[in-house]
Amino acid sequence: MKTINKKTLFSAVAIFAVYGIVQGLIAFNALSLFYVLTLVQTCIYIMLAVSLNLIVGFTGQLALGHAGFMAIGAYISAIVTMKFDGPLVLALLAGALAAAVAGVIIGIPTLRLKGDYLAIATLGLGEIVRVIWLNTDYVGGAAGMSVSRSINWTWAFFLMVITVLVIRNFIRSSPGRACISVREDEIAAEAMGINSTKYKVIAFTMGSFFAGLAGGVYANYMYTILPTTFGFLKSFDILVMVVLGGLGSISGGVIGAIIMTIVSAALASFPEWRMVITAVLLIILMIFRPNGLLGNKELSLRVFQKKRGENNGLAKN
Amino acid sequence: MALLKIDNLSKSFSGLKAVSNANIEINPRELIGLIGPNGAGKTTVFNLITGVYVPTEGRMLFEGKDISGLTPYQVNQRGIARTFQNIRLFADLTVLDNVKIALHQHVKYSGISAVLRLPSFFKGEKEMNETALELLSIFNLQDKAGELAKNLPYGEQRRLEITRALATRPKLLLLDEPAAGMNPQETKELMELIRFIREKFSLTILLIEHDMSLVMGVCERIYVLDYGMVIAHGTPDEIKTNPKVIEAYLGEEAM
Repeated sequence: MKTINKKTLFSAVAIFAVYGIVQGLIAFNALSLFYVLTLVQTCIYIMLAVSLNLIVGFTGQLALGHAGFMAIGAYISAIVTMKFDGPLVLALLAGALAAAVAGVIIGIPTLRLKGDYLAIATLGLGEIVRVIWLNTDYVGGAAGMSVSRSINWTWAFFLMVITVLVIRNFIRSSPGRACISVREDEIAAEAMGINSTKYKVIAFTMGSFFAGLAGGVYANYMYTILPTTFGFLKSFDILVMVVLGGLGSISGGVIGAIIMTIVSAALASFPEWRMVITAVLLIILMIFRPNGLLGNKELSLRVFQKKRGENNGLAKN
Repeated sequence: MALLKIDNLSKSFSGLKAVSNANIEINPRELIGLIGPNGAGKTTVFNLITGVYVPTEGRMLFEGKDISGLTPYQVNQRGIARTFQNIRLFADLTVLDNVKIALHQHVKYSGISAVLRLPSFFKGEKEMNETALELLSIFNLQDKAGELAKNLPYGEQRRLEITRALATRPKLLLLDEPAAGMNPQETKELMELIRFIREKFSLTILLIEHDMSLVMGVCERIYVLDYGMVIAHGTPDEIKTNPKVIEAYLGEEAM
């Protein structure tokens, strides 16, 4: 118990230190607006990457419609804040819940499909969501919808922390292990009394919920939301972050999201080279670390501790 | 009453009758062997019992209730656990997690308390760890709890699979070629182990095996399958001298 408390304390200190430093810099106007934008975007992408990792990396279901759920969260929360003058918390919650409900409705039929079939089905459904918003005049159609900014760094950061903590705690529990067992071997999982469909739908719904939450944060920060933002390329961006960081690693998803957001922000002034350089980076990574930067391991303090006699599986593989 | 009663069970794969009109009865606490030449339909019988396949005909009663048509996880939750012929462990997970996943259906905390890390979560996890380690120690695997399942030697992987099956707290345990790939010494130890767990967990066991020394040594009754049909059943001594069995294994000329 003692070491757990020490670790929790260290994590808490680290989280508040990161928050405090950035908040301090913002308060003293030491950060340009571009940097603040990048930081908030990083938080949004971490939420998206970690929630997609729950579906793809931990439960092993290759879903490519994550931007669709983000769009649902973005538009629903924007409708609540802009059309109904609702409070931000309610808007974010409504967006996330709407995405989760869509996750259940889409998940139950599609999760019967496996591998590439599931990928194609979710890809198509993500596009359907985008086209629906595109053709809804109520939310501005192709011209998009203006949303006033009510999200700041504090909101974005702590919603990101909550997302990561909830998914981490879920994964490190018995229902989370049930999800992982479905990824490892569905037939064996079923033979051990695990209802694989149930856990796929749970993971998919939870992932959709947090994608919707990230969408809400995005909508209420970016001033405008456009249907084109939520195309399948966005879903691929998120998938790339997950693969880059490591499928089945929470910290991997976080690192992948940070790296990709920074790389794309750093290359913002060379838009024509951005995709080329990103692609080259990914090819190099896949050659040298095909399982992503962290594989399915977690970034842990244990790495820095002296190796004890006990085997924790970390040194393996 | 029989624990498992297989009644006129058939399974066809588009024209090929893998199992035809099989009748098998297993009484509580029995240790039954299921033998037969390659391709006789033994594993198909296992897959039918555990819900992997849906029978074409016939039914299966477990504790008097019909289990044909249930999904594999429902069959397991009723109290039937199995191992696989070609080991199916959760290879990239630790030995301990392999067992804890099998304990999942008996977990005592909810997903909400796991996410919020409520006391019931820590209590439940502690109990799970203790139960899992206790089970592992029966199979002498407690020191390997932190190893990845795929890094275990073959014999230990087989033992882990049995441990994992037992963790679901079955009444009936189906073992699909538990001694495959084991040397005579390991097979002998496995025989001891099978007898031991049957006593300790008051289990009923049905096992498929090619190793005749194991089957004849440990089973009380044996069913013999050939071309999907039960051609004989009886005690090991009866089976050894049954002309139909000898014919199935050695061909007609040997008679």
